[in-house]
Order: sequence, then C-alpha cells, then structure tokens
Amino acid sequence: MPDEAPILVDGTGLGTIANEPGVAKPDPIVVVDKMRRAFGGIVAVNVDHLEIQRGVITGLIGPNGAGKTTFFNLLTGFDSPNTGHAEFNGASIDGTSPHTLARRGMVRTFQLTKSLTRLSVMENMKLGSQKQGGEVFWRALVPPLWLTQDREIEKRADVLLERFKLSHMRDEYAGTLSGGQRKLLEMARALMSSPEVIMLDEPMAGVNPALTQDLLEHVKGLPDEGVTVVFVEHDMDVVRDISDWVVVMAEGSIIAEGSHSTITANRDVIDAYLGTHHDAPIDFDEEAARITEDEAAAAREIARDEEIVQKIEEAGDDDD
Amino acid sequence: MRRRVLHMALVTVASMAILLPATATAQGGESVTSTILYDDAESGERIGAPGVLVTVTDENGEIVSETETDDAGVFLVELPGPGIYSVTIDPATLPEGVVLRNPDRNPAVVTVEAGQQARTIVATGSGEGGGGGGESGITLRQVSQLTVEGLKLGLFIAMMAIGLSLIFGTTGLVNFAHGEMIGWGMLIAYLFNFYGLAGAFGFLQSWPAPFGEGMNLILAALLAILGGAAMGWSFDRFVFGPLRKRGAGLISQMVVTIGISLVLRYFYLFGFGGTPRFFKDFTAQSAIKLGIVDITPKDLVTGFLSIIVLVGVGLFLIYARMGKAMRAVADNRDLAESSGIDVQRVIRFVWTLGGALAGLGGVFLGLAEQVSWNIGFRTLLLVFAGVILGGLGTAFGALVGSVIVGIGIQVSTLFVPTELKNVGALVVLILVLIVRPQGILGTKERVG
Amino acid sequence: MILAAIDWGFIFDQTITQAIGLNAAVYAIAAIGLNVHFGYAGLLNFGQVGFVAMGAYGMGLSITLWNLHPLLAVVGGMVFAAFFALFLGVPTLRLRADYLAIVTIAAAEIVRLLARSTAMRDITRGAEGLNEFIGPFREYNPFNPSLVYGIGVIDFRGTEFFAIVIGWVVAFLAVLVVWLLMRSPWGRVVKAIREDEDAALALGKNAYYYKMQALILGGVIGGFAGMVDAIGKATVQPDFFVAPLTFFFWLVLILGGVGKVWSPIAGAVIYWGLITFVQNLGRQLVDEGVVPTSVMDPSQVDQIRFWIVGAALALLMVFRPQGIFGSKEEMALDAR
Repeated sequence: MPDEAPILVDGTGLGTIANEPGVAKPDPIVVVDKMRRAFGGIVAVNVDHLEIQRGVITGLIGPNGAGKTTFFNLLTGFDSPNTGHAEFNGASIDGTSPHTLARRGMVRTFQLTKSLTRLSVMENMKLGSQKQGGEVFWRALVPPLWLTQDREIEKRADVLLERFKLSHMRDEYAGTLSGGQRKLLEMARALMSSPEVIMLDEPMAGVNPALTQDLLEHVKGLPDEGVTVVFVEHDMDVVRDISDWVVVMAEGSIIAEGSHSTITANRDVIDAYLGTHHDAPIDFDEEAARITEDEAAAAREIARDEEIVQKIEEAGDDDD
Repeated sequence: MRRRVLHMALVTVASMAILLPATATAQGGESVTSTILYDDAESGERIGAPGVLVTVTDENGEIVSETETDDAGVFLVELPGPGIYSVTIDPATLPEGVVLRNPDRNPAVVTVEAGQQARTIVATGSGEGGGGGGESGITLRQVSQLTVEGLKLGLFIAMMAIGLSLIFGTTGLVNFAHGEMIGWGMLIAYLFNFYGLAGAFGFLQSWPAPFGEGMNLILAALLAILGGAAMGWSFDRFVFGPLRKRGAGLISQMVVTIGISLVLRYFYLFGFGGTPRFFKDFTAQSAIKLGIVDITPKDLVTGFLSIIVLVGVGLFLIYARMGKAMRAVADNRDLAESSGIDVQRVIRFVWTLGGALAGLGGVFLGLAEQVSWNIGFRTLLLVFAGVILGGLGTAFGALVGSVIVGIGIQVSTLFVPTELKNVGALVVLILVLIVRPQGILGTKERVG
Repeated sequence: MILAAIDWGFIFDQTITQAIGLNAAVYAIAAIGLNVHFGYAGLLNFGQVGFVAMGAYGMGLSITLWNLHPLLAVVGGMVFAAFFALFLGVPTLRLRADYLAIVTIAAAEIVRLLARSTAMRDITRGAEGLNEFIGPFREYNPFNPSLVYGIGVIDFRGTEFFAIVIGWVVAFLAVLVVWLLMRSPWGRVVKAIREDEDAALALGKNAYYYKMQALILGGVIGGFAGMVDAIGKATVQPDFFVAPLTFFFWLVLILGGVGKVWSPIAGAVIYWGLITFVQNLGRQLVDEGVVPTSVMDPSQVDQIRFWIVGAALALLMVFRPQGIFGSKEEMALDAR
C-alpha cells in the first residue's frame, strides 16, 4: 500500500497541508529554492522555498512592487536570478532559455498583452503550436512538406477559437481586437501547444466585466485538462473564485501560503496590503477573521481524521 | 553623324561616371619617384638610404602603395592616374642618425600630370632619429612615440565621442551624422582661416584680416566651435526634436541621420573639392624633443587643449546642474523626468554641446592630419569603436574607450601595415560585443 | 529656348536603358536581401554593400585563385556572403538593433579597405581589383557578343545583354524564394520575432536562430547582387563597394515599400530611371551653359545623386515611410 500517493480529499491534494510559506506540496510540478534577484541595491525577489502543486490553480498575489512579475520572469527564463535553483518536473531549469522552457511545457502570458497585432488571429494561433516542420528553414521552401501539418494545426486552432468565442475574428488582424479579446487570444494561443504549466500574468487586467466571466470559466476548466495554472492577480474576487491555493508575496519574499480563506485572515497579509490603495482591499472584521481561522483549523482536523479512518479501513481490507 | 558621335561620347562618359567611383582609371605612365640620400657619418659620402618606408596616398586619403627604398635609396611608385598625391616617409625607418630636414613637409603633396613621372625631394639631415633601415626591432622610442601620437588621437576622438555617447544616452539615437559635424567644424575653420569673415559675406573680400584676408586659426577655431554648436542645436531644434514629438521611432530617426550625413558629406565635396588641404597657420613646424619623443608644437598645444576641454566637460558633468541633469537623463530618462528635470531642454543642450565638441575635434583633426571632405566618415568608425568600448551612453566611458582605441591603433602600426590600422578598431569593436557588450563603464540593462 | 537645346530623346533613351539595365537589376537584388533583413526580420543592416562585396570577391577569387567551374564559383560567392553574415551575427544578434547597425557599417568599410590594401594585393589585386575571372562565364553566353539586342532605341550589346538577363532572372528567383518563405510557417515566426521577440520566445521559438537565418539569407541574396554586377562589368573593384552604396540600396527598398515582396524591384527601376533622368538633364544644363560653371562644373554633376538620395531618405522616413507601394498599416518601423 503506497504511502506517497497524494491524498485527494478535496480534489486538490492540498487540503491537509499546513498553510505556511514554503510548505511542501504532495505532487509539486515546480520547485523553487533560495531564488534571489537584486537590481543594484534593491532586492526584487528573495524566495526561500516554493512548491507549486500539479494540476491545481495557484494564485500569486501581493501589493504592487512585491516582485510577482519579476518572479514570473525568473521562472520562465526571461530573467536570470543572482542565486537560486528551480526545477520543473524534477529537472533543473536553471539558466534555461525562455523558448526552451516553453518547449518543455511551461508557457506564460504577459501583463501587457503580446498579441502580434500585424498578424491575423489565425496566424497568432498557429504560432502557438510547436514542433512545426514548416518552421524549419529548408522545409519551408517546399510547401508539400508542411501543408498537411499546417491544415491540422488550423483545425485545432479553430476548435480552440470556437471555445474562446473568437471564431468570427479568425482572419482579422489581431490589432483590431479589443483588449479583452486580445487576452482571450493570448490564452488560447498559449494552449495550442498543450502545455503542462501555464503562467498567467494578470489575465483579467483591462478586461471588461462581460468577458471576465468567460475568461474565468476557461481558466477554471484548465486543470481538468491536466494543465497546472499559476496566475498573478490583483482582483481578490477573481482570486477567491478560482484559486485552489494562494501564495502571497510582499517585498520580494513569500509571506503566506494557503487557502483563500486562510490568507485573507492572515495578519501578515493584511499588514502587507495596508497602506497601498488598490482594487484589492481585504476587509477585515476582527471577529469574523478569528471565526474563519477557527473554522479553517477545524476543517483541517476533520480532514486529517478522515484520512486516518480511510487508512485504517484500507489496511483492514488488505488483510482479507 | 556628329550627333551620334556626341551621343556615344556622352554615353561612355555617363556610364563611366555612374558605374565607376571617384578615382580615375589607369591611363598608364603616371608615377612618382625620388631618391633619398644622406651624408654617411663615417665615410662622409652621400649615399642612398635603403629600406625606408614610403607610403603614397591619393586625394581621398586612400593608400595607393606602400613600398621601401631600394639599396640606392630610390623608390618608384606607379600611380593609377594623374592627380594629386601625398608621399609620406616614415622617419622611424631612416638610417641611424638621419632625420628629415623638414618634417612638416612630410607628407609631401605632389601634383602629377597625365603621363608624367613626378619627382619629389626628400631632404635629410643628421640628428637623433631613425631606428635603422626598417629592419630594427621595436624600440622603446618607437613605442613611446606611437603611444604619444595615439594618446593625442585618442583625445581628439574622445571629444567627438562624448557628444555621440551622450546623444545616445539621452535620446537612444545613434547619430550617424556625427562625422559630418566634425567635418563642419573643420571646414568652417578652414573657410574663416583662409577667407576671414569674407568667407561668409563676399563683399568683405577686400577688407584686411580678419575680414578679407583670412583670420588667425585660433579665431577661426572659435568660430568653428560656434558653428558646430549651431549645427547641433539646429539638428535638435528643427529635425530630431520635432521627430521625437511626433513619436517617430528610433530606427526612422537613425535613417534620417544617414540621409543628412549623405547630403552634408557630398555638399562638403561639392564646396571644398576632393583634394585635402592644410590650414594656413601652424602647418610648417619642426618637431621638438620631449624626452625620447618628437612632437610638434601644434600637437603639444592641441593635445593640452583637448585635455583641458575634456577635463572641463568632465567637471561640468559632475558638478554643474545641467551636467548632472544630463547624466541623470542619460541614465534613466523616465526617472529623471519625474524628478522634475526638463528632459527636452537637456537633450537640446546635449546636441549643442556635442556639436561644439565635434567642431573643435574637427579643427584639431585638421591640424593633425589634413582638412578633407570625408574625414568625418573615416573618423566616425573610430568614434564608434571608442564609444562601444567605453560603454555606449556614458560620457566617461567614451573618454576612456576613445583614448584606448587611439593608442591601440597607433601602437598597432608596429605590427600591422599602416593602411590597415583602422581595421584594428573594428576588431576591438567586435571583440567587445562578444565578451562584454556593455563596454567598460556601461550598464548591462541597456544592451540586450 | 533652353528646353529646345536639351536633347530629350537622349535623356529618355538613357533613362529607360538604366531603368531596366544591369544597375537596376543589381540594386534590386541587393534591396531584396535588405528587405529580408529589415522588412521581414527587423534587422538593421547598414552594411549590405559588404555582403555584395563578399559575393563578388567570393565568386571572382574562386576562379582566379582556385580555378573553379563558374557554377561552383557562384557557390563560392554564396559561401563568402554566408560567412560574413555569421561573423557579424554572432556578436550582435543578441543585442539591440543599433549594435548590428554600427557593426555592419564598420565591417563593410573594413572589407573594402582590406580588399584594397597592399597587404592583400596578391589575392585581391588592390585597387585595380579582379579582372580575369570573366572568361569562363562568357563561354556560357547564348547571345552573340557582336550583335545588338533591343527594341527601338533601347539596345544592348550581346555581352551586356547576357548579364542583364542573368540579373533579372536572379532578381525574380530571389523574389520567388522570399515569397515562398514568407508565407510559410518559417516566415510567420520571423514576422512574429520582428514584432515582439519576447512573445515569440514565450511560444517556444528560438529567436536567435531565426534572426541568424534571416541575416544569412538576406546576405547571400546581397552576395548575388555582387556576382551579377561582377559578371556585368567583368571586374570586381573595391572602390565600388563604398558605404554610401548601402544607403542607395536602402533608398530603393524604402522607395518601393518595405516589407512588400515586389517592391525592391519597383524601387530599383524607379530609382535608376529618376536618377538617370535628373543627372543627364543636369549635365546637359551645365553643358549648355544654363547652369553657370561657377556654380557647378560638369564633373560635379554626379554628386547630385548623393544629395538626392540623402534628402530622399530623410524625407521619406519622415513623411512617407511606406514608400510608394507599402501599406501604412504594415509599417515595419518601430522604436526598438
């Protein structure tokens, strides 16, 4: 009877672990150790230890200037840390270039959308696909070598565009899309390569409320397809709605980790946000906060008890 | 019938003019020759100096030939065609104890008619000089001489480089027309040196100096500085300022600098002509000894002046309010703007200062070498090397890089043919970009 | 009257001849290469003339030094140009665009100085250049050298015609290759990189490799321009490859319209037509005394060309960067 199997009590495997910064995860897809990035005298990122659980949606929040985007850049190869070590699926990714990481299955989107405005929506989508024979110089000169594959890619793109409700814009220049549509496009494009991890940098920023719901549904559905999601957000409603786990950064370090309810009640988190005015105020009602804390602690105990009961039952079964 | 012949002639001339560049094609027969003799100390006889290095360059400064005198001290260089050529003797290759009697007639300018074998005279005297017939090893004297010359060249380059580097630092623009700002200063100085203020206003021709007959070079140089400043100011006021305001991209602006440089350079050719000339003053000077090196008074003076100017600029950058503002904008434009600095005014000032420095550098360069229409472009490549070596965007980097490039180039002539010494600058450029692209003093963030 | 004294027939003759002649073909090919560099890949190559020189010398030296067959000599020219691209690209493609501009302008000038130098005299024959390589090519000339080919007043001697035909065939082939590539997935990636390199990286494309490939492709095409020129003039002389020539190619490119497949050819034809017209008119005006010699003498008429090119470059960039046939929406000019 294997002891290491993740205990999926609430579906994420995260129900029973402590809500502390740097806590180990049952099945981490990304592990970060002692990562530090300083610009001149300013330390932008100083993460002691972080593990991202596979197959869940992790939200990365924190006040402006906390180092979230820098951290994203460090993880995805767009910047190099001064010191530190990171692993993706157990293999080191130190010093790996961004395009190699993308090919290994870690893709990202950008805070300021990078939809390629002078290319059509369909061309944008096709670019998302990897391992295209036609992208190799010599083969590109001989259309028969890549036309079939290109058409297959086009079909897949159409399916995705349909899902993201962008089919009608398929042949338009991406530059004619609205801000929200470009965000959708960037996400759809990122999914073309069937990535393992998708890192979304403020996916809701600048999107009008009507499209936000659509986007959220798409993101929520990703873990079901086996995609791990990490996203940076300021909108706490969004964070509450879709994250399975929340990581809080302030001044470059991780100050808290845990379920949404835990971190909203966390004193350190509240202190970090006080004094910065953003659309992510965390209301705190002292009593309500304490009650939430107690509830959370109680829930954890119950979960642990249920585990033990389950183990005993299974052990019992083996004897038969 | 005659018309057709005329047509054919015009077609031939037209195609030649369009298809072939400035230098004439070989007609055959033109050459320049001389015999270098000296008084042998031992025998008292007048004998030929062998192995003396002779370089012949054409009107555009391009090298036609590098050769050595034979055992009889004779050299003969065949020329591609009639025209005006410079013959340069390398004094280091004269025999021991032999010097040139008129070091300032070196290079000597020779006019060669069609089919003519022109003769030039090389007068020698005794003194300390030469290192042997070009066969001797590298002496300390040679190295020191070259280092001093390189330092001088480096200082001139530095004056021009600081402007370029600061323009880049504050606006992000690589100014490919910087060479023409150098040329502007040089030509303005020449104009006023020879024609005085009448150079600008023809009716003043008959008045005495400084109006009609030319003015002292020093005055002319001051006017050149003003002219350079005016050009720099105008560029920003009428071209690049408005372009920035319209949101024109840096690449467009760069191509505009290229266009301007072409127009200006060929306007210089049109007005000044293709033949390099000398200023009226300070050209005929004999070298004086300074320790183990020979240096002419004008080189000494211009060298000192450049040091003073550079130190002045450096102090300005460090202590003056505008100087600090310039460094701030070059370092981080947005930050500077949010601290209340009027960035557009700073940029205007940078262009003006850059133009003034380039103008002065042009005058010094004209004194050190010759006044010519395209010296700007040739120097521009060296300026680029200096700026990139030192760090594109920093003023002090430009200074350091330029001095190193200047010295490096001159000293390299010990191992590399003189005509190729500028190639070394490019090699440096490429190596720097591979090993440390931000240069000596630059910051990494600007670069990739 | 002045206008009557001018031989318009001759000017017209010259204009058409140059517009479809060897020079236009050479400039067109060089500009096609530049279009790959800048129009499609966003690379700022200010040293295209260096690639042209490399192609010409590579081909010439293959015959004078190594006695290769003409077709192999052409390959030799391509190899020289490709190596030049590698040499320039390795240090600069990871850096800002300006660095490539500076390095290319310096490198092209160095190529010329080296080719011209007395040190390399044994190989490159200095200022007189290579002149003995043309023989093997002439053997393939299907046109009779002593006959004249053409329509009406536009005519070319047999050897010249041969070179012109080769030139335009190469130009059209180059356009075909570029067209095929740019509508392929490879072209898609290159266009993406030009617009936003980070986005392309995030999608798993190795931007450095693509930029290098584009640099090599455009450079080899430039090399072909040099080879065509060498065949046409039967000589390779270093002083042809002067820095301003690069910017003539740039003008041709911008005039036609950056980023459009056919525009370099259109730009070259228009450029040569216009310049020839203006210069011939100018020369006649000076010859007839309309323009006094105190202002300009006949030998200076050719300098007009540089003023026109310089002014046109600056003005086009400011007021009509898309040139004649480019579209404003697809402008490839951004502030990087």
